[in-house]
Amino acid sequence: MAVPVLLAVATMTFFLIKLAPGGPFDAEKAVSPQVLKNLNAVYNLDASQWEQYTDYMTGVVQGDFGPSFKYPGRSVTEMIASGLPITFELAMYAILIALVIGVLSGVLAALKRNTMLDFIPMAIAMIGICVPTFLMGPLLVLIFGIQLELLPVAGWGQLAGDKILPSITLGFAYAAYIARLSRGGMLEVLNQDFIRTARAKGLTERMVVMKHAMQGGLIPVVSFLGPAIAGLLAGSFVVETIFQIPGLGRFYVEAALNRDYTMILGTTIFFSAMIVFFNLISDLASLWLNPRSRDV
Amino acid sequence: MNKILLSFLCLILVISCSKNVSPVDSGLETQTFHFGNGSEPQGIDPHIVTGVPEHHLLIALCEGLTTSNPKGGESLAGAAESWVISEDGKTYTFALQKNGKWSNGDPVTAQDFVWSWKRVLTPSLGSQYPDMLYYVVGAQEYHTHDSSQGEPQPSFDSVGVKALDNFTLEVTLNNPTPFFLGLLSHYSTWPVHKETVLKHGSIDDRNGQWTRPGNFVCNGAFQLKSWELNSRIIVEKNPMYWDANMVGLNEIHYYPVQNVMTEDRMFRAGQLHVTNTLPSQKCPVYIEEKNPDLRIDPYMGTYFYRLNTKHPVLKDPKVRRALAFSIDRKQLVDKVTKCGQIPAYSFTPPGSNGYEPDTSITFDPEYAKSLLEEAGYNENNPFPELEILFNTNEDHRKVALAVQQMWQQNLGVPIKLVNQDWKVYLNREMIGDFEVSRAGWIGDYEDPNTFLDTLRPNRGNNKTGWGNLEYDMLVEKANETQDQTQRYQLLQSAERILIDEMPIIPLYTYVRSYQLSPDVKGYHPNYLDHHHPKYIYLERD
Repeated sequence: MAVPVLLAVATMTFFLIKLAPGGPFDAEKAVSPQVLKNLNAVYNLDASQWEQYTDYMTGVVQGDFGPSFKYPGRSVTEMIASGLPITFELAMYAILIALVIGVLSGVLAALKRNTMLDFIPMAIAMIGICVPTFLMGPLLVLIFGIQLELLPVAGWGQLAGDKILPSITLGFAYAAYIARLSRGGMLEVLNQDFIRTARAKGLTERMVVMKHAMQGGLIPVVSFLGPAIAGLLAGSFVVETIFQIPGLGRFYVEAALNRDYTMILGTTIFFSAMIVFFNLISDLASLWLNPRSRDV
Repeated sequence: MNKILLSFLCLILVISCSKNVSPVDSGLETQTFHFGNGSEPQGIDPHIVTGVPEHHLLIALCEGLTTSNPKGGESLAGAAESWVISEDGKTYTFALQKNGKWSNGDPVTAQDFVWSWKRVLTPSLGSQYPDMLYYVVGAQEYHTHDSSQGEPQPSFDSVGVKALDNFTLEVTLNNPTPFFLGLLSHYSTWPVHKETVLKHGSIDDRNGQWTRPGNFVCNGAFQLKSWELNSRIIVEKNPMYWDANMVGLNEIHYYPVQNVMTEDRMFRAGQLHVTNTLPSQKCPVYIEEKNPDLRIDPYMGTYFYRLNTKHPVLKDPKVRRALAFSIDRKQLVDKVTKCGQIPAYSFTPPGSNGYEPDTSITFDPEYAKSLLEEAGYNENNPFPELEILFNTNEDHRKVALAVQQMWQQNLGVPIKLVNQDWKVYLNREMIGDFEVSRAGWIGDYEDPNTFLDTLRPNRGNNKTGWGNLEYDMLVEKANETQDQTQRYQLLQSAERILIDEMPIIPLYTYVRSYQLSPDVKGYHPNYLDHHHPKYIYLERD
C-alpha cells in the first residue's frame, strides 16, 4: 500500500502546487519578462506540465528530488539530509521526555486513583494539552533563559545546554497525551481478572504493575507513538522557529511560502514516507504487545 | 521516583553552577561579531542572489570597484584605488588596486571584471539584476538578445567594458549617469573568480558548487569558513585582502533568525551583537523605556499605496488625489507605526544624496472632499467600494485599518481590506488584479533615480498602469545631465508630475529600527544601511 499512497501524494502535490497563484521567481522587485523567460528555461518550467511531471518522477525514482528554486546551487535531497538529523534528534529527545514524564505520571495516577497523586498529574497533563508550544516555548525561555540565565535561548548544538528547552517544550505537549492514555489503559487493565489472580497468588504490587499490568496498559501509548513520532518530525516547525533550530520543519513551511516547487514536493513525499513508516512500526509493536490481535 | 527527581535537581544545579559565558562577552576577546541576519541567504553568488541577507554576507566576502561609504555619501575606493571620469561623463577609467588579491592569492585584474560582467549579462544565467549594467554601452542589447530568432549572440566586444591592461578598466556608458559610482556598490556588479567558477561549472551555471565552503574564492575583507544551513554562517578575516590592516574583526557569525521575537530574546540573552530588526510591538516600549541599545536610523525607503490607474474609478487623477489628501500621515506614524517613521509627502525620501523633493501633499479633508465632488461623486452618485490589498502581516493590517478609517471618515468611501499570502499578493499586483495595494520600495543606490525610474512606463515595478510622457522624458533627460543641480531640478519637476497625477500614495519614510550592543564600534547609521564590516570592531567602554 505504501507505494501507491506515496505516488498519489506526489502526483496530487505536483499538480496542486502549480494551481497556487504566484511562482518561485515572483519578488517585490519584479523581474523583467526576459529574465523570467531565462529562469523558466533554466528550471524546465517552460516545458509542458506533463513533461515536467514525468521528468520529476523519473528523478524521484532515482532518488533525485531536483534543485531547490529558492536556494540556487543546493539540491532538495541535500537540504533534507541537512535538516533531517536535527529534526530527528529533537523528536527523539522530545519523545523520550514525553515517555518518561507521561508514563510515570499516568501509571502513578492510575494506581493512586482519586487521590492527590491522581488529580495533580492529570491537571498538569490537561494544562500540557491546552497550552500550545508557541506559548510554552517563550515562557520557558523567559524563565530559564532570560530571568535565571541558566540556559541559552536559541540555537542547536552551538552553546552548552541549548537543546534542553526545545526538547522540553516539544516533549511536554506529548507527555500530557501519554499521561492520559497510560492512565486510561492502566485503569482498564488493573480491573481485569488476571491482575486479581496475580495479586491472589501473592505477587508483590511492583511485580503486578511492572510485569502484568503495564504490558497491556500501555498498548494505547504504543499505538499513539507511531503517529506521534511522525507528527513530531513533520510538525516541529513552531518549536524550530522559536528556538532557531535548523530542522526540516522550517524548510517545509518556508518552501510552501516561497513556492519552491521542488522543495515542497521533496519534503511532502519525504514526510509522507515517514508517516507511512512509523504507522507501520506502531502497528507491528501493538501486535507484538497484544497477543489477542495476532489471532484476528 | 525520588531518584529521578534528585537527578533532575542535580542536573539543574550543575547547569546553574556552570553558567554560560555569553557569545557577546566571549566575542569581545576574540573579536567575533554575532550578527542577526534575518533569513537564510539564498546563496553567495553575487550574480544570482537577490536580497538583503545576501548583501550582508557579500559585503564581507567580495568587493566591487567602489564601496559604499560607512557614513553615507560619496563612494570610497574598493577594488579600484582611483578612477577618472571623462569630460562628457560617459567614460570611466578605473585603476585597480595593485595589491588587490583574491582569497586564494591570485591578483584581481581588469580582465576579471570584464568576464564577471559578461557573466551577469549572459541571458542563460538568469541573473535578476542585469539592468544594473544596462547603463553600459551595448549591455542591454547583449543581455536581451533573443537567440531563438536565429541571429547569433553578438560578441561581448560590443559591450562598453574593456581591460586596457591588467590593472586598468575602461567603462563606456550610454549617458553620463552621475550615480554610476554609487551603483557599483551593488553586488550584482562585483567580480567573481573566473577559474573557480569554471572549475565547478560553466559561465551560466546557476547551480555550480563554487560557492561552497572550501571552494569559494572572492576578493573581500573576509572569507567563507563554514555554512550550516539555517543555523549559522561563519566568515573569517581574509589575510590576502588589500586593506587587511584596516580589518578589526577576526570572525563574523551570521544567524538567519527569521522570528523577530526569537531574535529579540537572543539579543537580550547576549547571543547577538546586532539584530536585523525589532518586533514592531516592542519598538514603542523600548522608546518609552529609553532602551540604550535601541537604534532608529534613517533609511532610504518609502512605504506607499499603489493605485491601479486602469481601474474605472481610479483612472481619474482627481479621485487619486482625493484619496491622498485625506490621509493624516502624522497620525499614522504617531499612533499606528510608532517607531520613528517619518510622514512621506513625496515618493523619493528627502535628502537622498542631497536631493530634496519639491512636492506637497497636505492633510486637507475639505479639499479632498471637493476633489471627489469634482470627479462627480455625491449623495446621488455614491463612491463605490474600494479594496486595499496587502500581504498577510500584522503591521500592514494596522496601517490598512487606519487608512480605511480615514477614507471612510473623511470621504465617506467604503473600503474593504483583503490580505493575501505573499506570492498571491505579488501575483495579483503583477497582473493588475487590484485596486489599491500596499507597497514598499528601498533604494538600491543613493540617488533619487532609484525611486523615480521605477515609475517610468515600461518598468516592471511600476505596476500601476500609469504612464506620462513628460515624466518619462524628464527622468531620461536627468540621466543625461551631468550638472547635479540642474539634474535635481529636472527630477523635482518629474516628481511634481508624479504627485499631481498620484498613481502612488506615499505614506511614510522607513526607518531602520534594531538593537545594537554598545560593544560594537564603527557601525554608523547610513541611508542605504550598508555597513562594511571592515570598519567594525568590538570594544567595551
